[in-house]
Amino acid sequence: MIVAEKLSKYFGSKKVIQDVSIEVKRGAITSFIGPNGAGKSTLLSMVSRLLKQDDGIVYLDGKDVHKQKSKDLAKTIAILRQSNVVQMKLTVRELVSFGRFPYSSGRLTAEDEQKVSEAITYVNLEEMENKYLNELSGGQKQRAFIAMVLAQDTDYILLDEPLNNLDMKHAVQMMKLLRKLVEDFGKTILLVIHDINFASVYSDRIVAMKDGKIVAEGPTEDIIQSDVLKSIYDLDIDVHNISCNRICVYF
Amino acid sequence: MKLIYLIIITVLLAVCSLFVGVENVSFSELWKMDEEAWNIVMISRLPRMLSIIMAGISLSICGLIMQQLTQNKFVSPTTAGTMDWARLGILVSLLFFTDASPIWKMCIAAAFALFGTLLFMGILQRLKQKDTIFIPLVGIMLGNVVSSIATFFALKFDLVQNMSSWLQGDFSLIMEGRYELLYISIPLLIIAFLFANMFTVAGMGEDFATNLGLPYKYVVNVGLIVVAIITAVVILTVGMIPFLGLIVPNIVSIYRGDNLKNSIWHTGVLGAVFLLVCDIAGRLIIYPYEISVGLMVGVIGTGIFLYMLLRRNAYA
Repeated sequence: MIVAEKLSKYFGSKKVIQDVSIEVKRGAITSFIGPNGAGKSTLLSMVSRLLKQDDGIVYLDGKDVHKQKSKDLAKTIAILRQSNVVQMKLTVRELVSFGRFPYSSGRLTAEDEQKVSEAITYVNLEEMENKYLNELSGGQKQRAFIAMVLAQDTDYILLDEPLNNLDMKHAVQMMKLLRKLVEDFGKTILLVIHDINFASVYSDRIVAMKDGKIVAEGPTEDIIQSDVLKSIYDLDIDVHNISCNRICVYF
Repeated sequence: MKLIYLIIITVLLAVCSLFVGVENVSFSELWKMDEEAWNIVMISRLPRMLSIIMAGISLSICGLIMQQLTQNKFVSPTTAGTMDWARLGILVSLLFFTDASPIWKMCIAAAFALFGTLLFMGILQRLKQKDTIFIPLVGIMLGNVVSSIATFFALKFDLVQNMSSWLQGDFSLIMEGRYELLYISIPLLIIAFLFANMFTVAGMGEDFATNLGLPYKYVVNVGLIVVAIITAVVILTVGMIPFLGLIVPNIVSIYRGDNLKNSIWHTGVLGAVFLLVCDIAGRLIIYPYEISVGLMVGVIGTGIFLYMLLRRNAYA
């Protein structure tokens, strides 16, 4: 379980996260929604030790993340940030192999190779595995990065806007894949996501943030409500039940 | 291209290098154990050949490491100012530590090179504009400022003659007893090979590396220390060899990609080949005189560099 207590973060004198406390349940998809600049990505970065908070503590399975060995943490928690600009000429398989770095420091064993192949198959990139990343489309590249995170084989997976660059078909595939990871392997997934309908349909819980604070939190059906969404986005949003899914209309 | 072919070419060129020069040395003389011929080979030709190979390998691997760590194809000991800082360090050691042994001079030069490179990395992090061309331009400007400071003090203290020998790479003065410092680069290259995987991961950026549990700052520092010491050693023994660390890794990147595990050997060996060719050509063009290798590499390197700049969108 991930527990954050009274996290705060300043960039200069600006407070981007203010006293945020949160508990994230295991074996579920938790989506972080909210307007731009709400502090969602910053929060995820702090939870995954990429960014040091100015105040507060993050506990991962009961232990302070900043007091654990980075290499051990890399086997428990994986994060994929928003911008993945690759300057380097690497093949898909080489990128995915990086995911095994915490286990084998770059000298892959047979088991590592196996996991890499599985991850590549999982995101349907087998035919592309020897292609260079800069030859791929945005969506394929995104899937290659997801495969790397899968190869890292961690209990916790944090994804910052994983649907960026994906067309509708691949966005749906991606979310179904994440759903499957939760159901098949009991992974815990945290997402920053902008499309509230994707959040509504695929997540178990939703955390809504605004101006560095959590404004609403709970099971998806409690958050996807017109009045709650109005307070988050300042927008009139109709919520409809369509084939058991709660769909928001806000156009 | 297979690595084995590159190695065969290196060996052939190395043998050629032994037999090129004003004093005629032939294979049959060596076979007959002609003492004079052997002396020429052992005192002058062999040291020259060995130092070319070591300088070629180590400078191009330095470039490779720097390009990887800065995530920029156009950064190298030349374009980041590392070489100019090392030269300033040599000047300082000449001025203030006149009696210091070559090892100490090397240490001082390496310290300056390291400081300069760290300064460049610091500036790089603060730069808002991460344009591929802009970054090396900053390094070149910084290097020129440092270089003019060095020249100013060299003029003031009548050391220009001394300094100019470090300005232009030259193997003609290499002989037994004057190149052995280069052997220091061998253990450093071994470190570079051992860290190859980690350099590759570090090259993906700090967040990316931290996520995989890599001690990012430590790996970057190891890389920069290796680069600084090698640069200092080469400048002290051979002199400045511009562009080598820039073009060789880029050529290898085209056909081997950027995973250091795959490219580091090729980069090293191709660096040796490139430098051997430049040196042999420099010795033959105006025979019996010599064009310094620094100039040869500079001329050929500028051409290749320009070509790379113009078609960078195709592969970088």
